[in-house]
Amino acid sequence: MSKIGVLIETADQTIKTSVPGVIAAAALGGEVVGFVLDGLADTYKDQLGAFGVTELVNLTAGELVFSKAPEAAGQALACGVKAFGVTALLGVSSPVGNDLLARAAVALKAPLALDCIDVDFAKNTVKKSHFSGKAIATLEMVGSPFVCGIRPNSFEPADAACACTAKDLAVTIEGCEAVKITKITAAGSGQKDLTEAMVIISGGRPMGSADNFTILDACAEKLSAVVGASRAAVDAGYAAHTMQVGQTGKIVNPKLYIGCGLSGSVQHFAGMKTSKVIVAINTDKDAPIFSKSDYGIIGDLFDVVPALTKELAKLE
Amino acid sequence: MRIYVCVKHVPDTAANIKITDGTGYDSKVKFVPNPYDEYGVEEAISLVEKAGEGEVVALCVGDAGAVNSLRSVMAMGVHRSVLVKTDDQFPPSDLVAKALAKAIEQEGPADLIFTGKQSVDSEGMQTSYLLASELGLPVATGVVTLVLDEGTAIVQREIDGGARETLAVTTPCVLGATKGLNEPRFPKLPAILKAKKKEIKEMDLAALSITAAETCRIQSLEPVQERSNAKILGGTTEESVAALVKILREEEKVI
Repeated sequence: MSKIGVLIETADQTIKTSVPGVIAAAALGGEVVGFVLDGLADTYKDQLGAFGVTELVNLTAGELVFSKAPEAAGQALACGVKAFGVTALLGVSSPVGNDLLARAAVALKAPLALDCIDVDFAKNTVKKSHFSGKAIATLEMVGSPFVCGIRPNSFEPADAACACTAKDLAVTIEGCEAVKITKITAAGSGQKDLTEAMVIISGGRPMGSADNFTILDACAEKLSAVVGASRAAVDAGYAAHTMQVGQTGKIVNPKLYIGCGLSGSVQHFAGMKTSKVIVAINTDKDAPIFSKSDYGIIGDLFDVVPALTKELAKLE
Repeated sequence: MRIYVCVKHVPDTAANIKITDGTGYDSKVKFVPNPYDEYGVEEAISLVEKAGEGEVVALCVGDAGAVNSLRSVMAMGVHRSVLVKTDDQFPPSDLVAKALAKAIEQEGPADLIFTGKQSVDSEGMQTSYLLASELGLPVATGVVTLVLDEGTAIVQREIDGGARETLAVTTPCVLGATKGLNEPRFPKLPAILKAKKKEIKEMDLAALSITAAETCRIQSLEPVQERSNAKILGGTTEESVAALVKILREEEKVI
């Protein structure tokens, strides 16, 4: 049976939320070998065994700290791929994941596709967006191994408990000093990650002010949602750039996307059209967003959103 | 100082893309310089302006129509351009990187090379890495701030949830620019006229005798079906939100 490698992306000793979905994708191709860069395979192995990881490999390179040396981390992953004979290396298509996967692919001279929404190991193909989500391309990955980043929430985590063995692989890496991570600056307090969110509620220009976003915050709390914004709202100074969903903002893939006062521009949809269910709230019955959503409520978001919050509160 | 900016000629993101023969698209739509590349162009021009010397050279791998995107970035202030011509609508990233590297070798040593963090047509997100590898240079992408300091580029990139990584990258290096780095300028008419006289060196991709590793091949391209009209939940505000919550819980099972 062939083996598929997965980069286990972690931050502050916590496995990233989207990793189990990637493990489920990898399991379609064979036994799953996880690669850990922070030396904590023993800590993670039970948690990851529950999703179907059979081997969990601590990659080490002497005193090198991979979280500060992305080029070394990419090369270490490449060494892991070779040492364990995996036929593909998968990871979460996040900013850190994409960076490490790209560096690993370059080191392996392997074909690379990032932000994939599907992978077929029998045919060696992946599917990914082209033209801001207007088309889906099927790419043939010519050569083995190949490297593939998976868009968060593209695969459901599987309940596939198995025994997971932790292993160590010490590698030798030289000449990776040219790129060093010197500092990580945390986001503003309370800011949550949009890209991994299962539910998102976003506001457009009609929000009118930064303060008014509190009505979305209140609703988001009931939905366990993350609050996003349109480019128009960001440009108007109502929301932080890090909250922007769309072409030049975040690409998101939640189960539920609620757009409040959004017009429904092509650029905004480029960032969220793969959402499972899209709900639009807008006063203008002719707004283009109603022709691209699953459900719509015609009404003022300042009435509808608080009413929705109240309705959700009844469920508690 | 010589700064290269890699610019892709891409369909405008608002253009309607019509797919033809399963792997290509009708190119009779509006084309623009790749929006992410423009952040690199703006940064390069400002750096040369601040230094008071040097040149910005734009490099493009594209069809004959790509001269328009090169004219656009030259109107912003790029000094001259090189166009490596190919009619392939989706030239593999590996081939593009090798062609860009070849052009850089011909045009003289680089102090800095900018790309965008990705193109908006094929969204490959990897040309910066492949180009850096061809040139044996370090690379960082998703760059939102840049300070040059004695042979080092101090850059920040956005990671999850708005957190930022600060990196020290030895120069020369390849930097993938993204939104936040700057506000690309809108050229004024005199600059647009002046750009028409600037040099565009053209060469054929086929004549560069590059052997690309065949790595990623487009097999098919399919349009994404848009959703049809939304089901409008009517009634009073209370009735419509109650109906919505019921659907989301019981039918869609997403909350």
